[in-house]
Amino acid sequence: MRKEKFPIGIPGVNLREIEREVPVTEPPAWPINDKLKHVGKSVKRTDAILKVTGKAKYTADINLPGMLQGRMLRSPHPSAKILSIDTSAAEAFPGVKAVYVLRSNMSGAEPKGGEDNGYPEIKYAGQAIAGVAAKDGQTAEEALKLIKVEYQTMPFVVDMDEAREPGAPLVFEQQVEQEETGGGGGGAKGLEQQGNVRGPSTKSFFGGPRGDVEQGMAEADVIVEGIFRTQVQTHSALETHGIVADWKPDMLTVYASTQSTKGVRSEMASIFDLPESKVRVICEYMGGGFGAKYGAGNFGVTAVNLSKISGQPVKLMLDRKAEHLAVGNRPNSWQELKIGAKKDGTLTAIKQESYGTAGIGLGAGVGRVAQAVYECPNFLTEQYDVFTNAGPGAAFRAPGNPQGAFALEQLIDELAEKLGTDALELRDKIDNSVVRKEERRLAAKAINWSRRKKPGSDTGVIKRGIGVAQSTWPRLIDIDSTAEVRMYRDGTVEIRSGVMDIGTGTRTILSQIVAEELGLEPEQISVKIGDTLFPNGPASGGSKVSGSITPAARNAAYKAKQEILKQAAPKMEEKAADLELKDGMIVSKTSGKTMSFKDALKQMRTSQIMTSASREDDYGGFMVGTFISHGDLGSVQMAEVSVNTETGFVKVEKIVAAHSCGRPLNPMQIQSQVNGGVIQGISYALYEDRVMDKNTGHMLNANLDQYKIAFSMEIPDIEVINIEEYTARSSTDAFGIAEPANIATAAAVANAIYNAIGVRLYELPMTPDKVLKALNLV
Amino acid sequence: MSEIKSTGTSQNKTTSPAPPQKREVTLHINGKNTTLSLAPWTTLLDALRQYLGMTGTKKGCDHGQCGACTVLIDGKHINSCLSLAVMQQNKEITTIEGLADGEDLHPVQAAFIKHDAFQCGYCTAGQICSTVGMLNMKKGNSPAEIRDLMSGNICRCGAYANIFAVVEEVKEN
Repeated sequence: MRKEKFPIGIPGVNLREIEREVPVTEPPAWPINDKLKHVGKSVKRTDAILKVTGKAKYTADINLPGMLQGRMLRSPHPSAKILSIDTSAAEAFPGVKAVYVLRSNMSGAEPKGGEDNGYPEIKYAGQAIAGVAAKDGQTAEEALKLIKVEYQTMPFVVDMDEAREPGAPLVFEQQVEQEETGGGGGGAKGLEQQGNVRGPSTKSFFGGPRGDVEQGMAEADVIVEGIFRTQVQTHSALETHGIVADWKPDMLTVYASTQSTKGVRSEMASIFDLPESKVRVICEYMGGGFGAKYGAGNFGVTAVNLSKISGQPVKLMLDRKAEHLAVGNRPNSWQELKIGAKKDGTLTAIKQESYGTAGIGLGAGVGRVAQAVYECPNFLTEQYDVFTNAGPGAAFRAPGNPQGAFALEQLIDELAEKLGTDALELRDKIDNSVVRKEERRLAAKAINWSRRKKPGSDTGVIKRGIGVAQSTWPRLIDIDSTAEVRMYRDGTVEIRSGVMDIGTGTRTILSQIVAEELGLEPEQISVKIGDTLFPNGPASGGSKVSGSITPAARNAAYKAKQEILKQAAPKMEEKAADLELKDGMIVSKTSGKTMSFKDALKQMRTSQIMTSASREDDYGGFMVGTFISHGDLGSVQMAEVSVNTETGFVKVEKIVAAHSCGRPLNPMQIQSQVNGGVIQGISYALYEDRVMDKNTGHMLNANLDQYKIAFSMEIPDIEVINIEEYTARSSTDAFGIAEPANIATAAAVANAIYNAIGVRLYELPMTPDKVLKALNLV
Repeated sequence: MSEIKSTGTSQNKTTSPAPPQKREVTLHINGKNTTLSLAPWTTLLDALRQYLGMTGTKKGCDHGQCGACTVLIDGKHINSCLSLAVMQQNKEITTIEGLADGEDLHPVQAAFIKHDAFQCGYCTAGQICSTVGMLNMKKGNSPAEIRDLMSGNICRCGAYANIFAVVEEVKEN
C-alpha cells in the first residue's frame, strides 16, 4: 500500500484533498476534470458514424450463412393447463426445419412442487409455448398455425385489487420463489404467501426497519398521509428482445440483444449443460433495454434448441406485441404512506405499505427513496407482491423508485405546505445531502423558483405551476469487471472487455480513459466490447458501468504504459520512472529527451503488449459488501407545467434536472442520458399505461399506438445541470447516471400540477380525465 | 376450477396452403437497380432487410407506429413497413445507406453526430430519413412545425431535444 492524495468534494462548494492508502499497483490520482485532457470533455461518440450510416449491426441485423427464421407460438389464454401438443403437421410443413416445445417457463416466479405433465402451466396471455424455425419468416408463421394445442382453461385474475381479495383465482397454488437477476428482478426469499399476496418485505440492501414508527408518529406535531397509485409501464425498447443462435458441436455462439453478455453466457451454459468456455455471447450494438434485457429468456432457449435440432443458425426476434406481453414491465403500485414531523420540520416517522404486481414475477416493491432520502429515526416499510395473470415484471430504470418517489415527494410537499414553509426550505432542513443542497440551489436558479406562486392561484383557464422532487440511487459496483489493453507493433492500441454499450456511450468513455492514461487521442483507441471472448465486464444496468469498468480500463492502460516505458527506457538511455507519455510521445521528465509512442511500439520485444486489470475494491473499502460505494447519486429535478382546467390537459413546459455522477466523464453523453431519463419520466407521469381487460385477461394496447409514449410533440425544454463530485474511491472516481435521471421526474411533475391547480393527483398517469376529476368537473 | 376445453387455434388445418406465387420486382435503390423474386405482399422493409441484406433500415413495430423503418421514396419519407415492394418500382428509393456521398456524410448525418442526436441508434436511420424528407419538402420552419412533422418517429432513449437542434442547424445552413 502507498499513501496518495486525492481531490474530494464538489468544486466551488467543498473541494479539498484527502489522503488514502491505495494498493501500490494503482495509478496516481487524477486531478479534477479541468486539469485533464480527454476525461470530462464532450468527446463525440466513437461509434457515431456507424450509427448514422446504418452500418452498426444490431442483433436483428445479424445474417449468418444458412440462417433460419424462428417464430414463437404464444398462449391466447391467460390461465390454462396444456393437455397435449401435436406438432406433427408443423414439422411436415414444407420449409420447416425444426419445431421445439418449451418444457418449462424461463421467466417469472417458479412454483415449488406440484404436478407436472411435461408442459409448463399457462399463467398469462402471451406466454411462450413453442417455436418453429423455417427457411423464412412467413413459412414459420404458417407452420405455427399448424401446431395443435389442447388447453384446459382455468380461472384467471389480471387486476391487482381483485387478486388481493380472498377467494380470487390463485395464480400460483404453491409457494414460489424467483431467482434474483443481475437486473434487479426477483424478490426477497422465504416470505409468507397467502392467496396471491406474498410478503411483506421490510428490508433493502441498506438494512431493515429503524426505530419505532408508532412512537415516532406519537411524537409528531404534524402528520401527512395519502394513498398513491402508479400504473404498469412497459420498457418498449425499439429493438425487441431477440437472439441469433448458432449451435455447433464445439461452441454455442449466441448474438443477443442483451444488457449482460456474461449473464446470457452463464444462463445458457447452465441450461444446456455446457462449460462457459463453450458458450460465446456477442452483443455489438443493441437497440435499448432499460432493464428488461437480461438472461436467456424463453425465446433464447427456444432459438438455441431450434438451432441444435436443425443444425443451422436461427434468428428469433420478438414482435412488438410479444414485447409488451412477455418480456418485462415496471410493476404497478398501491402505496399508503404516512409521515410525521415536528413543527420545525424534523421528521419523526415514515411508514410505508405497498402492494404491486409484477404479474407472475416478483419484485414489485417501491424502492428505497422513502427510506434513504431524508433523515428520519423511525422508519418502517412493508412491501407486498401480488400475483396476477400477466407477464412478469423486470427491472426498469431504478426499479421501484419512481413509484416510491411519486408518493414520498408529494407528501414532503404537502408537509411543507402544512408547516407554512417553502418546499425547498423544508428540504434544506431535513435533507443532509451536500450534493442535493447544491443541486437545489442551482436548479432553483435555473427555473427561477422565486416566482413560484401559491397553489392554484393563477387566474384564467390555463394555470401554471412549478414543482420539485428529489431522489437517491446507490453507487453500485460490479467487481467482476475486467478490461484488457493491447498495444501492437504497428502503433495501434486496443481495449477489450465483455461490457456492452446499451447506447449510453460505453465505447466512447473507454476510449477517453485509455487515451488520457496513454497521452493519445480518443480516436486512436480501438474499442472492442460486447463479446464474452473478452474478459467479463459489468452488465449495463443499475448505473454501474462507469463506476465498474472505467477504473479497470484505466488500470489496464496504466500497466501497459509501465511495460512500454520499461522497454523504451534503455533505448532512450533513461530510467523508466523518469518517462511519461504525452501527446503521442514518450518524454523524459529529467532530460526532456523524446521518442514517439509509435516508434517505441515498433521496437517492442513481442508483437503486442497485453495487460489486464479488474475493478479494485474501493479505496478505503466499500460501504456495503463489495458492490456499493460510499455516498449516493443525489438528484433534484424541477418541473414547470401548464394545466388547461377546461380540458384537463397537462403540458410540461420545462424540466431542470440537476444530477451528480461522481467525476463526469463525458458531459455531452451525460446530458443525452439525462434527457432520456426525463422524457421517460414525463411519459410515465402523463401517458404510458398498460391496459388489461379484466374479462379476457388480455392487454388491450399491446402496440406503439395505443400504448402512448411521449414523442416529439411532448418534449419540454430540458436543462441539465451536472455537478462534479469527487469521492476518491477509485482510479477514475466515475459513476453512472441512467437510473437517477428517471426517478424524480413524475413526482416533480405531480408537485408542479398541484402548484398549478391547487388539487393533488394521487394516481399515475395524470391524464386529462384524472385532472378533471380532481377539479370536480366530471 | 372450470373445465372448459378449447382446442388450438381456429386455423388447425392439416392441409398445407399453396406456396406463395413469387414475381419479379425491380427496385431502384440508392442509385442502383436490383431485381428480386418476391411474394407480392412482401413489404419494402422486408425486401430491404431480408432479401437485400440492407439492414440499416430498422424494424421497430412493423405496424407504422414507430417510424424506425422510414426511407425516402422520390425524396419523400414513408414507413417502409407499410408499403409493398411491388408498389415502389420505377421510383427512386433512398435508404440510410445511400445518404452519404462516399466518405462524405449527408449534412443531416453530420449534424446528428455533432448534436449527439441518438443513444442506442436503433431509431436513428428513421429519424435521419424523416429529417431529410421534411427538409426536402422545405418544411420544419418553426419549432412547432419540426415537432409536428417529426412526430412519426419514436426515440425511446429520448434524443428528441438534440434532434430538434439538428433540424434547426441544417435549416440555417
